[in-house]
Amino acid sequence: MDSALFVHRLHFAFTATFHYLFPQLTMGLALLIVVLKTIGLRRNDLVYHEAASFWGRIFGINFVLGVVTGIPMEFQFGTNWSIFSRFAGGVIGQTLAMEGMFAFFLESAFLGLFLYGEKRLSPKAHWLSAVAVFVGSWLSGYFIIATDAFMQHPVGYFTAADGSLQLASFWDFVLNPWAEWQYAHNMGGAAITGAFIMASVGAFYLLSGKWTAHAHIFVKAGVIAGCLFSILQIFPTGDGQGKMVTDLQPVTLAAMEGLFQGQSGAPLVIIGQPDQQQRTIDNPLEVPKMLSILTYRRWNANVRGLDSFPKQDWPGNIPLLYYSYHIMVGLGTFFVAVMVIALLLLWRGRLFNAKWMLWILMLAAPFPYIANTAGWMTAELGRQPWLVYGLMRTEAGYSKLVSAGNGMFTLLGFMGIYMVLGILGLFLLWREIEHGPVAGHASASNLHPVADAR
Amino acid sequence: MASLWFWIVAAMVATYVVLDGFDLGAGAIYLVAAKTNDERRRVLRAIGPVWDGNEVWLLATGGTLYFAFPQLYASSFSGFYLPLTIVLWLLILRGIGIEFRVHIENPVWQDFFDVVFSVSSILLAVFFGAALGNVVRGVPLDATGYFFEPLWTTFKLSSRTGILDWYTMLIGGLALVTLAAHGSYYIALKTDEDLGRRARGFALLCWPLQFFLTFSALVASYFIRPEIMTNYGKHPVGMLIPIVVVTSLAVMLWANPKGKEKLAFAASSLYISFMLVGAAFALYPVVLSARNHRYDLTIYNTAAGSHGLRVGFVWWTLAAVLAIAYFVFVYRMFRGKVRFGEGHY
Repeated sequence: MDSALFVHRLHFAFTATFHYLFPQLTMGLALLIVVLKTIGLRRNDLVYHEAASFWGRIFGINFVLGVVTGIPMEFQFGTNWSIFSRFAGGVIGQTLAMEGMFAFFLESAFLGLFLYGEKRLSPKAHWLSAVAVFVGSWLSGYFIIATDAFMQHPVGYFTAADGSLQLASFWDFVLNPWAEWQYAHNMGGAAITGAFIMASVGAFYLLSGKWTAHAHIFVKAGVIAGCLFSILQIFPTGDGQGKMVTDLQPVTLAAMEGLFQGQSGAPLVIIGQPDQQQRTIDNPLEVPKMLSILTYRRWNANVRGLDSFPKQDWPGNIPLLYYSYHIMVGLGTFFVAVMVIALLLLWRGRLFNAKWMLWILMLAAPFPYIANTAGWMTAELGRQPWLVYGLMRTEAGYSKLVSAGNGMFTLLGFMGIYMVLGILGLFLLWREIEHGPVAGHASASNLHPVADAR
Repeated sequence: MASLWFWIVAAMVATYVVLDGFDLGAGAIYLVAAKTNDERRRVLRAIGPVWDGNEVWLLATGGTLYFAFPQLYASSFSGFYLPLTIVLWLLILRGIGIEFRVHIENPVWQDFFDVVFSVSSILLAVFFGAALGNVVRGVPLDATGYFFEPLWTTFKLSSRTGILDWYTMLIGGLALVTLAAHGSYYIALKTDEDLGRRARGFALLCWPLQFFLTFSALVASYFIRPEIMTNYGKHPVGMLIPIVVVTSLAVMLWANPKGKEKLAFAASSLYISFMLVGAAFALYPVVLSARNHRYDLTIYNTAAGSHGLRVGFVWWTLAAVLAIAYFVFVYRMFRGKVRFGEGHY
């Protein structure tokens, strides 16, 4: 608990986890807002426009929280992980700089226009600003994923004379196959968050008997997008990501699945607690031979277990990695089940009256956040004990001159500030939802009396 | 190639300070210059659509610095660990100060976020100035290329320096006054009536202080680090920089009372850019000076590999052209004086 390594790891883990609660909704909603605005523009339908504006306001609050918690992320590479930054900066500096130069400028410039420029812009120009915000936020996602992919599976680099990594091939680095699968899987996760939140608010309005016309749009858009992306999340993106791990990080696969002993015809553990001392899974509920099928597409394929690898190369926290992975997969399966049933009801025209399903949709809102967080924990805990896979170990990368005491000071500071941000954010989002999708902003009504008094 | 990137990063820093400088400055004078709720709202409306974009220049500069000079990024960010983290906290507080105030029409809620916004803006200006002061004064780098500075030690220039000492606080003070004036010129440009008049008056008050601190800072810098004159001696064309600085100071003094708001703001922008360019010119090729000059970080021992720098130049140029296009577009959309009853804030 008091080692500098632990403090620096927790520092990044905490700030990154908290930060990512916001961008996943930003990216998911950006897509759905573009869809709503496009329909509104094509059908010239006021309700769709109001729906888009309402989600724009939710987006705005969420975006601010994403921005202010995101700034520390870019700086923490240098502040807390300076040895790593010096080691890998010649390569990953590219994508981090590109994120600022390409994505953030685009996103920030057009966000102002999208949120505050509706009166000054033509409907088409306003639609275009929504598209620009969407493109900016999804580009930003790619640059971050490409950076992480280099840490997971370094490509396109060479080792310079001073031991640092330098760029050898820009395209190999940027089009890292790991990045492509991870990006597809990650953005699917963001779209799922957006879809579930939209459906959840719609279900809440329907159950409260308010804003029914808007609520129908929210539920419909949320369920269609939610169903599509939940299925894509399992196949092909989750499957593709899994194949990557199988081929390139086999020890991680073994730890994720809790496979202590390698075997042919390996079973897939659905539930059970890994016992690292005895090297077994307690209370296992297994599907026989399933892991072999999923990894190598053969019933009797041999899957290497943790026993095939030296213990020093095992991920440091196997139980947490195992649970993160299983929570992600479990929730992903649940999402498909919920959304497929909801879509069937929608198709039969019964969803808006199916109270039980609306309750499920409403209460499901937190789960995509948990699944996305668990997914990132799987990726990052699975990468351990490496900071850059096979090239630099995590304990070698932190800032050696920043003591545990100084690290804990700033960690506690961030925890305090983020707690306040979280409470304020929830409070403001709730006010916005309670105020509803019609008649503009809660405070907009107060703008006019001043003008009239003039 | 490394020299080119030195000047690109310097230009990005200057752009950041000119752009985010006016909204930081607006924050610094906010509580004094804008008295009523309506006036405060107009200040927020003047900076609201652009502050986030301006702040992106800080992120983009940080990213570009990391990409072009990874060793400098690693050393300086970990060495300035505490002040940088405090800057991050202030940026967070300032962001929510601007954005959350509008959501609830209640004087207690608004007063709270007004103070959060203004105090964090003031402290940010001081910290940015102190950071520049540290770069010029030198930090305790050793042979490993790393250092760690506490926030303060004895406030004197000793071998065990802190982030804050009399010199860096002098530069911090200069930064605060400069940005407060810069913000005043911007508010004068964007608003009218009492608010615009008060902003002009505030800028007038700042001017003698800015003049005095500019010269004190230059003298003190020379006293602390005489080497800063070497480049000026070698390349006399550099003497144009102080001439531009003095001229722009004079233009500010002349243009402001005459109501030439655009000219005053332009002069202030020029002053800021050339003060920073002057500092970069004086330091080149050093990017972070050490108390012991043997350990100075220069562009040569901190730059990324040459292939990466060349590739980066291609996409950086493309991205910079796009970014400038967005900025021109957004500023045109929100041009003119801020009136009542329009916009979000």
